[in-house]
Amino acid sequence: MSALYQLRGVGMRYEGREVLRNISLEFGASQLVGIVGPNGAGKSTLLGIMANLRRRYLGECRLQGVELRSWQRKGFARMVSFVPQSLRVDFPFTVEEVVLMGRTPYGNGMFESAEDWKAVERAMELTGVTAFRHRDVRTLSGGERQSVVLASALAQTPHVLLLDEPATFLDLNHQVSLYRLLRKLCDEGLLVITVSHDMNLTAAFCHRVIMLRAGEMVADAPPAEALCAERIAAVFGVPAEVHRTRAGRHWIVYG
Amino acid sequence: MGERNASGRVRRAVLWSGGICVLVLLLSPLAGASRLDLAKVLAGEAPDRDILLYLRLPRTLLAMLAGGCLCLAGSLFQALLRDALATPYTLGISSGAALGAVAAICFGWRQAGPLPAVWLAAIAGAAVVLWLVLLISSEGHRLSSFTLLLTGVTINSICLALILFLHSFAGFAQSFAISRWLMGGVDSIDYASLAMLAAVVTPPAALILFRSREWNLLAMGEEWATARGLSTDQLMRMGYVAASIVIGAVTALTGPIGFVGLIVPHVLRSRLGSDHRILMPCSILLGAAFLAVCDTIARTLLAPVDVPVGVVTALFGGPFFIWLLRSKRRSLWL
Repeated sequence: MSALYQLRGVGMRYEGREVLRNISLEFGASQLVGIVGPNGAGKSTLLGIMANLRRRYLGECRLQGVELRSWQRKGFARMVSFVPQSLRVDFPFTVEEVVLMGRTPYGNGMFESAEDWKAVERAMELTGVTAFRHRDVRTLSGGERQSVVLASALAQTPHVLLLDEPATFLDLNHQVSLYRLLRKLCDEGLLVITVSHDMNLTAAFCHRVIMLRAGEMVADAPPAEALCAERIAAVFGVPAEVHRTRAGRHWIVYG
Repeated sequence: MGERNASGRVRRAVLWSGGICVLVLLLSPLAGASRLDLAKVLAGEAPDRDILLYLRLPRTLLAMLAGGCLCLAGSLFQALLRDALATPYTLGISSGAALGAVAAICFGWRQAGPLPAVWLAAIAGAAVVLWLVLLISSEGHRLSSFTLLLTGVTINSICLALILFLHSFAGFAQSFAISRWLMGGVDSIDYASLAMLAAVVTPPAALILFRSREWNLLAMGEEWATARGLSTDQLMRMGYVAASIVIGAVTALTGPIGFVGLIVPHVLRSRLGSDHRILMPCSILLGAAFLAVCDTIARTLLAPVDVPVGVVTALFGGPFFIWLLRSKRRSLWL
């Protein structure tokens, strides 16, 4: 396993407050990683640092051995794409236009090439948005819109996909198919990292779980080990039980 | 299967709007206070030919140049601030340019290097106000429509107060020049000034146009654009500087003309979508046609009284703005 990402002592300060402290991690290709933790634990901050959107981090954070700050924006966007938690769209862009924006790091001119279109078609196919490609994104449901944003990120043909609470606005069916897709992308070699509040989805699909509390890492392990009842109770402050389903799946009941 | 080729769509839309633009250019100079006899014009007979060539045509050309520039700047501000209500006029930038220009008229500044001092003062005024508005209304990294418009309104009235202050010191001739100019109108000008205006606005306008693919991403948000490999700070700075030059130069010649940059991009966006590769060139062409038509109405409706075009655009645009504000507020609560 060659490490794609290397984080050493990564931290973040906000107006004198430490929101993230001393995170050291390595990530390789073909992994589906879930980051969990209570609100304000620093999950989104960590993801934002890895997405190179917050450049004032402390410590070292390298992608392919190169410090993130030293990456050219364009080159970085060909390696890593980021799916934000929510997106406010003010203007009437069509689905296709939004997905096409993912090809920006590959373009030199004003217009897209045949290769760009190929990547866009594939991304729309994977996420199931082809059927409504000409619709105005503002008219879509929350779930459909999330799929479009994911398609735009996939059109970047990245090696790393970072998602901030991708399942928030999705119904059960869409949640499961989203995680199936992420798993499939992993099998094709992508490193996929999601921030999530849903323990069961994380337990069911992720290879590895990272748990944060108050800016510090409290676990980095396979889901069965990271998401044990004692740790959930300690970190989230709610009693939890872990069951095994008949299919052998980890099932967490809390509250 | 939809349209696969974006460049094909752009070409078609630009051809259509270009056609309308040319049509207006050909027809608009024919209308006005005194009737023109086309046969006499073609034969080159004295009053008719001169009226067309030295009064009507340059006036139409100025209206078109101004309309195109204001609409381009409008669509750019709307993308950068992610707000359909943002225009040079509503943000107070036109008033800033006006203040600069009035100061130049009052203090009798004439020439600054190759350009008239009024132009430079207007460009500087536009840039300073733009910088101020952005400084005041940014909360963290997000600009809200509400504070943006309020800041614009406030800056507008401060600029207006300063203009009136300067006005009270001005001599009689200057005073008349200022008040006529403030109404926002296109007058017949000489071809040399027209050419100079074109020379000043073309480079920044071209710069804006060639970046239209990038404005698409910024219209979705700064983070969205950054995550797709754009240097957003640099791009936005470039856009604001280019827009200040365009607005300042136009305002120096025409005075503040409102709402053009609001109406045209908005209608086009609802018809053609938000792809700036289509929206921006069409905004320029149809904005040009729109202002020329407004000016034709302004000078023919109450002929021989010549109403400034700014009055006409405000009478159209004001109600439109209110309607837009209301529909926008509704959509915010969806």
